[in-house]
Amino acid sequence: MSDTLLEVKNLRKHFPIKGGIIGKQVGAVKAVDGVSFLIKKGETLGLVGESGCGKSTTGRLLMRLLEPTEGQIYFEDQEITNLSRKEMKSLRREMQMIFQDPFASLNPRHTVERILSEPLIVQGMGRAEDRKQKVREMLEVVGLSSYHAKRYPHQFSGGQRQRIGIARALMTRPKLIVADEPVSALDVSIQSQVLNLLQELQKEFDLTYLFIAHDLGVVRHISDRVGVMYLGHLVELTESERLYEQPLHPYTKALLSAVPIADPKAARNEQEILTGDIPSPSNPPKGCPFHTRCPKAMDICQSQSPDFQEVEPAHYVACHLYHDGKLHV
Amino acid sequence: MEVKNLTTSFFTDDGIIPAVDHVSFHINKGEILGVVGESGCGKSVTSLSIMGLVPNPPGKIISGEILLNGEDLTKLPEKRMRQIRGNDVAMIFQEPMTSLNPVYTIGNQLVEAIRLHQKMDKKQARNRAIEIMKHVGLPRAEELIDDYPHQLSGGMRQRVMIAMAMVCEPKLLIADEPTTALDVTIQAQILRLMKKLNENDQTAIMLITHDLGVVAEVCERVVVMYAGKIVEEGDVESIYEHPKHPYTIGLIKSVPDVHMKIDKLYSIPGNVPKPGSIKQGCAFAARCEFATNRCFTETPPLLDMGHGKSVRCFLHETVEDVSYSV
Repeated sequence: MSDTLLEVKNLRKHFPIKGGIIGKQVGAVKAVDGVSFLIKKGETLGLVGESGCGKSTTGRLLMRLLEPTEGQIYFEDQEITNLSRKEMKSLRREMQMIFQDPFASLNPRHTVERILSEPLIVQGMGRAEDRKQKVREMLEVVGLSSYHAKRYPHQFSGGQRQRIGIARALMTRPKLIVADEPVSALDVSIQSQVLNLLQELQKEFDLTYLFIAHDLGVVRHISDRVGVMYLGHLVELTESERLYEQPLHPYTKALLSAVPIADPKAARNEQEILTGDIPSPSNPPKGCPFHTRCPKAMDICQSQSPDFQEVEPAHYVACHLYHDGKLHV
Repeated sequence: MEVKNLTTSFFTDDGIIPAVDHVSFHINKGEILGVVGESGCGKSVTSLSIMGLVPNPPGKIISGEILLNGEDLTKLPEKRMRQIRGNDVAMIFQEPMTSLNPVYTIGNQLVEAIRLHQKMDKKQARNRAIEIMKHVGLPRAEELIDDYPHQLSGGMRQRVMIAMAMVCEPKLLIADEPTTALDVTIQAQILRLMKKLNENDQTAIMLITHDLGVVAEVCERVVVMYAGKIVEEGDVESIYEHPKHPYTIGLIKSVPDVHMKIDKLYSIPGNVPKPGSIKQGCAFAARCEFATNRCFTETPPLLDMGHGKSVRCFLHETVEDVSYSV
């Protein structure tokens, strides 16, 4: 068996825009437009990007919560792009999701016990007695107490709710967890608790994470490798250390220099502040999606979309500046 | 501006909850003051108190003074308060979509703000609006002025909000989480704009945020709040280099750094207490690793550490390098 847990090839998701009286399709929002990457067993792959770059859509496509327009998804070397709902249901035992908003993702009318046993019931795992036992064990694992099982979500704080969300994702003992902005709704002091918990759980349960977030500091902290998305495209993907120390794509550089540093004395490189806004994904620019804001844009960028290629070992970049591992200016 | 001993309480079914509890601080002319804290620490209620916008009932300013050029804002009649809002103190909010009226054009709303405070006819006001829009870096101001808020992006809406706040060239701009809803690249643009306004127009800014990075980037002095109280105050460099209060220390340590990788992130145990749940002692005691018995029974005073620094913690009572200011 290879050490690849999940692989996507040329994944696309276009949401149709309908208009007119007969509801004809008049356009498409290209939320994800040709994304390829793989996730190795036991690693954490971070996906960063600004709002609307397609990182959440990518996460949902992997889980087949959304149907891809084009492309293939492989889970443990098995293609899952065309699995039926029934087949997919049993596969979801292996892949679970943690959501951003701990207030909206837990049913307010259910007790924690019910919330946590639901994945087991859906998957037909264990008898009622065992399930109760498992719920209590899992609560302890995520740092809550077994007596919390009888309570309702509103009785918990934001951080505790996110712990419940994490416990729910772990109930079926999955291999892959897609965490979509799991800490962005939390206060700083709570955020670090949850990040530490996620790291401990990864070791304990041998988990693989796809960690989607907009906070570059958080992503660096938790990820082994990081992919940067812009307007539905992956623009750079490499080991997290290398991405943060030697970013190659102009967008990654700009993104990193825009992050405020919590140190007033930090030696600050001349900040490269991007001008303008992210273009609309329903009408993306021709050529390289970033050329409208890129400080290094060339003529070729306006007409030709750059390939996503390996310019250094294990360092992928989609930019015309780099070709055969060399910088062309 | 100076805030003295401000206490704002909310009268709820569960009793009186002091959201802001004996808070005192000042903002000098032309400086940027950062107010940092987690949700529920009272930083937003402080700013609403200054603007006289605390919803009443249930909220009420119980005691304290808010002095602006010698005038106590808490005692002013609503009519005078209206003149001060906008003219002297203006505010921008976190969510630029909900603070703009979706059914009026940008120009309409700017012109309304201008004509409320200045005697101008419509045409003059419109020209002034275009001028301000250019001032805050909005491109194509002549066309944008006839657009509706939904036609603009988040960053542009926040620029419009800032333009609206700057209409009367206020002396103090209160910015309540102005960049929280924005992407980092847009956040950098807005922060740069606010710094520019501060430098060129000498507008003092009170920047309320939970993001320690933002504070380090633009502020000169910082006030750290926890559970309705100020726990530490000082200039930016000393707070980040030598934080004194255990809460400030923990807060700074728990932010993952983009420029450095550490194996395990520090985290403050426990949760932010619910407002009003702490009746006695230091509000942070239950989460503090240095807490002693005394911390649970006695409320520590805000100790003056000299050089404009102060900290609310018993740990620093006996520290030797305390130099009391005269």
